[in-house]
Amino acid sequence: MRLKVKGQKSRGVNLRAKVVSLVLYLLLVGFTIVVLYPIVNVFSISLRPSDRLLSTSLSIIPHDASFHAYEALFTQTPFLLWFWNSVLISATVTITGVVLASTAGYAFSRFNFYGKKSAMVGLLVTQMFPPTMLLLPMYIMLLKLHLINSYLGIIVIYTSTALPFCVWQMKGYYDTIPFSLEEAARIDGATRWVAFRRVVLPLAAPALVITALFSFMTAWAEYVVAAQVLQDTSLFTLPLGLKQFESSMSTQWGLYAAASLIISIPAVALFLILSKWLISGLTLGSVKG
Amino acid sequence: MRRRATKHSFDSERLTPNTFAYILMLPAAIVMFGVVIYPFFYNVVLSFSNMSLRHFRDWHIIGFKQYAEVFSGKIFYSVFLKTVIWTAVNVFFHVTIGVLLALILNRKLFGKAAIRTLLILPWAIPQVIVALTWRSMFNYEYGAINLFIAQYLNMAPIEWLGKPLEAFSACIITNIWLGFPFMMTIALGGLQSIPQELYEAAEIDGASGWQKFWTVTAPLLKPVMIPAITLGIIWTFNNVNIIWLVSNGGEPSDQTHILVSYVYKAAFNLYRYGYAAALSMVIFLVLLTFSLVFLKRTRASEAAY
Repeated sequence: MRLKVKGQKSRGVNLRAKVVSLVLYLLLVGFTIVVLYPIVNVFSISLRPSDRLLSTSLSIIPHDASFHAYEALFTQTPFLLWFWNSVLISATVTITGVVLASTAGYAFSRFNFYGKKSAMVGLLVTQMFPPTMLLLPMYIMLLKLHLINSYLGIIVIYTSTALPFCVWQMKGYYDTIPFSLEEAARIDGATRWVAFRRVVLPLAAPALVITALFSFMTAWAEYVVAAQVLQDTSLFTLPLGLKQFESSMSTQWGLYAAASLIISIPAVALFLILSKWLISGLTLGSVKG
Repeated sequence: MRRRATKHSFDSERLTPNTFAYILMLPAAIVMFGVVIYPFFYNVVLSFSNMSLRHFRDWHIIGFKQYAEVFSGKIFYSVFLKTVIWTAVNVFFHVTIGVLLALILNRKLFGKAAIRTLLILPWAIPQVIVALTWRSMFNYEYGAINLFIAQYLNMAPIEWLGKPLEAFSACIITNIWLGFPFMMTIALGGLQSIPQELYEAAEIDGASGWQKFWTVTAPLLKPVMIPAITLGIIWTFNNVNIIWLVSNGGEPSDQTHILVSYVYKAAFNLYRYGYAAALSMVIFLVLLTFSLVFLKRTRASEAAY
């Protein structure tokens, strides 16, 4: 008897649930279209033949699609050089960031030492610096040290931008790893360093991945710092090169679109491959702690 | 055991725990000192100086004059107001859209994983590209947005980048587009950690979907969202990329600036180093005060670290 009543009730609920589901689904699809459209738009521009770049057509694949822009990008512009510059800078920043943040974060998580609390608060406070706060003094310092137009200057700035967040989020993640694991390793004769290196670090892999990703993205796609520090075209990173195409939009729109897609691909691919880790790393590390 | 440990060249065993901690900290501390702490104090000094391109080598301390100039200029207040609007509107939409989509994605849906991946895309695409692409889409004659308005909505095209209000809106639209996936991701993580039993218990008590949201989901999502919102506010407040690139450096006629883009221009286009340093300090103090008050109010300082 009771079961039957429940069944009738759930049938009514079911219909309503279906309608709700449909509405939510449409909403989701709507947002997906809004998200995808600009990407599709860029793709479509990159396929236009060079004499029809300024088109008022809204069709996705132009009827006379060509890969001319891609070809021109690699043969007629310093795009490959810029690509290499960006790879070099981003890789250095990523490696430095991971090494520094993983060790410092561990110290913050496991040890009590003089100045620990104020250092943690200090790291948080740096997040509130407006970008010019450090950029301007660093820029003047670089000018005085004749490090403008050098990679050393920009690598140092990028590392410092990414580091506070990375240390913080590494610390948060280490906090979730039980201390007893290291104790067990230590009882088995491991030194503190070995316990950290062989036991804790592998377990912190998700946080390391986030740190690496964050450092990489800081460097790969950065524009405002690079625009001041790197002024020689042969030293340009990808975003600077891209802005150059965009500035002369009428003639180089196709180059701009093709370059955008190629620059986005490594960043987006990394992001998507790691998106599973991203959620656990971010919520466990930086947010919950 | 001790003997075996001493064989390592890096022998952490002989160190006191604190020394070991200091050694681990040292590389990061040196870098932080060189690139954060020293420049910070240098910036403080600059803010009290008259340094500019003209007085680059022969600069000297002039006291609070630069600060006085910041606060006496009318433009500071209007830019400040725009910054507040910029931050409030952006973060409001980031959180609303982010949580809404996370709630939908947390249900059982066909193709959920694929849609979630697609929705993260704006976060994954480099901001420079997002900004420049939207700028091209806002183009008056050839931009996709005006073409769409003309073809499907039968409205007159909007001069997006030529007028102050429209250009500022264009910047905000761009930033909303790129910012919601972060909040969505955080909210999704928070939702997944809410135990299913709580919803079942609420259902037994006869709670409606709406009631379940406000009594179970919202309170449990709050501790996860508050730190993310704090970060989101700080990041949005300080986001120079979008304004600078979408409005092409504050166009038309410096009407679309927020504080950070205004400082960036003062420093690197007008070479007013002392003034820019003072304004940077003001922005920093505003954010610091805000964050302290906000974190205290929401009692999330514990969760934040």
